[in-house]
Amino acid sequence: MTEIASIKKILESLGYEDVAGFSEYKKIIILIVIAGILFVSALVAVVMGAYEISIQNVYTTILTHLTFGDTSNIEKLHNTIIWDIRVPRILLTIFVGGALAIAGAVFQGVFRNPLVEPYILGVSSGAAFGAALGIVFPAIFFSIQLSAFAFGALAVAMAYTLARVRGETPIVTLILAGVIIGSIFSALVSLLKYISDDTALREIVFWLMGGFYYATWNDIWMIAPIVTVGFLILWALGWKLNILSMGDDEARTLGVNPERYKFIVVAIATAITAFAVSLVGIIAWVGLMMPHASRMILGPDNRFIIPASMMMGGIYLIICDTLARTLTTSEIPVGIIASILGAPYLCYLLRHKGRVIFG
Amino acid sequence: MLHVKDIHFNYGDFPVLSGISFSVNEGELCGLFGPNGCGKTTLFKCCLKFLKYHTGSVHMAGEDTTKRSIEDLAKVVSYVPQEHKPPFPYLVREVVLMGRTPHLGGFFGVKRRDKEIALDALEQLEISELADRPYNQLSGGQRQMVLMARAIAQDTPMMFLDEPTSALDFQNQMKIWETMKDIAAEGKTILACSHDPNHVAWFCDRVIVVSKDGIVADGPPEITINEDILDMIYADTCSVRKSGDIQIVMPRSIAPASEKSSIYPGAEETYSQCEILETKA
Repeated sequence: MTEIASIKKILESLGYEDVAGFSEYKKIIILIVIAGILFVSALVAVVMGAYEISIQNVYTTILTHLTFGDTSNIEKLHNTIIWDIRVPRILLTIFVGGALAIAGAVFQGVFRNPLVEPYILGVSSGAAFGAALGIVFPAIFFSIQLSAFAFGALAVAMAYTLARVRGETPIVTLILAGVIIGSIFSALVSLLKYISDDTALREIVFWLMGGFYYATWNDIWMIAPIVTVGFLILWALGWKLNILSMGDDEARTLGVNPERYKFIVVAIATAITAFAVSLVGIIAWVGLMMPHASRMILGPDNRFIIPASMMMGGIYLIICDTLARTLTTSEIPVGIIASILGAPYLCYLLRHKGRVIFG
Repeated sequence: MLHVKDIHFNYGDFPVLSGISFSVNEGELCGLFGPNGCGKTTLFKCCLKFLKYHTGSVHMAGEDTTKRSIEDLAKVVSYVPQEHKPPFPYLVREVVLMGRTPHLGGFFGVKRRDKEIALDALEQLEISELADRPYNQLSGGQRQMVLMARAIAQDTPMMFLDEPTSALDFQNQMKIWETMKDIAAEGKTILACSHDPNHVAWFCDRVIVVSKDGIVADGPPEITINEDILDMIYADTCSVRKSGDIQIVMPRSIAPASEKSSIYPGAEETYSQCEILETKA
């Protein structure tokens, strides 16, 4: 308890005031704890792997790199495995999990529906089609990633345009439009699978299951700034998102233009989702589950849900990916693990917390 | 304060409002009274820019509402909807705090003062004990009280209330009407619609009676709530009696036969009947 009191004192000295029962300092402490868990799980994950390296070696290597020290006296093989394979892979899982979970939280808020996931507007089907095009016609679509991103964003843009009636985008039409566009792109993916040869087909199936096999530092340099900027903007719009989740008319009453802010947050959430998907393929559940889990811990205020979802998405994917690469000698696609772990959790939610969470 | 001029609105081909004009003065508690489906809520939504009316104009605090931005309008007028239930379990105190949104500056602009105003609004309606309950698990009546508190916290010169007492028990109905009177006495302007002829007659400074064809009466309640007008909108179902100085509307089927609007000799008896009627409402 003394720790809580001292954290409260620190927050107060930073200008934070707690007024009569809003008790936000408790939520801030929980956020700090979650950040701690994320950090620890990353440190544990980096030690685990098919090739055994001692804990001491692992951390010395990382510290040397972080302090720009002399890396010549580290064993070459260790250096490659730790710094060029494991560290970027773990960072990538954090950013991808974070991106999907933030997008999930935002979509659930905007659509006023706690069962929505970030793929609801067809971004995954669009990206899958883009990736499949890139795999089947490598000469025309030179980059699988770029093609996946472009078609993912295109699918959402199409759904949004389709749903727009007389200058407004009602939620029901938006979700229906997402379903329609999603099914068109899924059909196109099936068509590509049908006409592709065996190698390409295998590659498409693998891509669809999602995975972090080829994580490199280049991926991190691309995804880190995009997800960070997207996260900061969405976090700053957290209060507006609370208002949006009350409904369009309520938002107007309270002075928040629903069309404008819906467009802004959906655009940003789509961009980071499409980007994450284009790098690692389709990973289900994270975007649906982690916002839920955050809401169970912190309540529905998006100013806390967005950072919490981001970190918990990271934690969840670190766990899934570490299991994926260590459970068996050959790697299991992380999407499979994420789904197997995720389903029981949602069953639990439905059975025990159904009334609170699902209204 | 509010000037509505010749508003026309159709849902598709179905005309709802055709040529509605009225104005409400500053500090007035004005009741909007009319049968189901006559377009009261539609009129509210047109005034608040939720719906785009086809012709006509709405001026609020001296400015055409179409020229105001949504952010700007929320500083002028607050709105209590009939019924509203969000999917997320926001606490009551958070919902009331949302009323402060138009006054927040910057991104994380919730200040100590805003939280205090929110809690004061709960205090004013004597529902502070609800503060830590999830809003979407309250009863319809409790939610209505919370939305009223939110509108109070929004602290605007005008308030629109869409049947603010429809889901409330007798005590809370009186509490809401008394609160509205207090707020109007502070100089704020209130437009409230209601289905209870007694409520508008007892508490409002002015009553606008609407039927499907438009405004049928506009003036102080002593003039606008009478048997002729009630017969016109409710097809001969009401009688108006007096208990002392207080005018009471009751179903014609149970109303004691008497001279219209004369002081009924057995006033006490009539009054007790009305009390029963009210409690049921």
